[in-house]
Amino acid sequence: MRARLALALLAMLAVLTPAAAAAQRASLTEIEKQVMCPVCGTLLQLAESPQAQREKAFIRRLIAEGKTEAQIKDALVAEYGDEVLALPQGSGFSLSAYVVPIIAFVVAALALAIGVLRWRRSGRGGAAETASAPKGEDAERLDADLARYDL
Amino acid sequence: MLAVVAVIGLLVYGLASKGSSGVALGEAAPSPTLPKLEGGGTGSLAEYKGRWVLVNVWASWCTPCKQEAPALEEFQRRHGGPRFTVLGIDSRDLSGDGRGFVRRYRLTYPQLRDGDGAAAHEFGTTGVPENFLIDPTGRLQQHWVGPVTEEDLRDEVAPMLPKAKS
Repeated sequence: MRARLALALLAMLAVLTPAAAAAQRASLTEIEKQVMCPVCGTLLQLAESPQAQREKAFIRRLIAEGKTEAQIKDALVAEYGDEVLALPQGSGFSLSAYVVPIIAFVVAALALAIGVLRWRRSGRGGAAETASAPKGEDAERLDADLARYDL
Repeated sequence: MLAVVAVIGLLVYGLASKGSSGVALGEAAPSPTLPKLEGGGTGSLAEYKGRWVLVNVWASWCTPCKQEAPALEEFQRRHGGPRFTVLGIDSRDLSGDGRGFVRRYRLTYPQLRDGDGAAAHEFGTTGVPENFLIDPTGRLQQHWVGPVTEEDLRDEVAPMLPKAKS
């Protein structure tokens, strides 16, 4: 029984390990979408300049060496600096790229909530007034209009 | 209102931190400290104060840079020394490719590495190659956009250099 269980586990490992490795393997297509061509100022994916060709060859070589996506991006930063990353890193001034939109969203949400609260407060008074029945001349005019359109 | 002020402040800071670029003739040339392309350590233009320096901003993937490299090396062999040097700045290039370029063209003049292009930006380059002739006080005397030729070096750089004492 134990031997069968061990064999079954080994068989599962044999199936899963290459699949997991393939899932983790870096791909040029994926990295190209995340890094810049520093000379062209565009995503590497869109660049065909001589510098971009060298950058792509560099990435292909690191992939062939079995480097992970994170290792390849680190190597690109070491070569070209932080600006090679399409998305800024979450530190220093670059952090503002992430923090400012969040702050702006919170401020906008607060402003919207305050605005809605004020509108609702003022809206309730108005609604109560319109809900009351017309009186005097208004009531007579309303009755006359209703009678005119009564089929 | 506070958010608007904060965003404008960040934009201004971002632009200011990029720094100004470009240097006019007669102005002091920038002298950023950069890693050496080979051998480790750092270097800067300031180390060559007292000499005429031809700063050559290049990259291994640039075809005109390949064309001018032999002329620069020949000029360095003739005039390089205590009064003059060519100083290469390998910009926005892979360090391995840059070192390969130096070996291929057997360049003997000092080489610095400007991976992110910040030094090239400070000089105000619009591409590669560009060449800047800096006088012994560190001021820009001549600027070439594009490759320099043997004639440029012979007719415009050589006459500026002090004659060696015999």
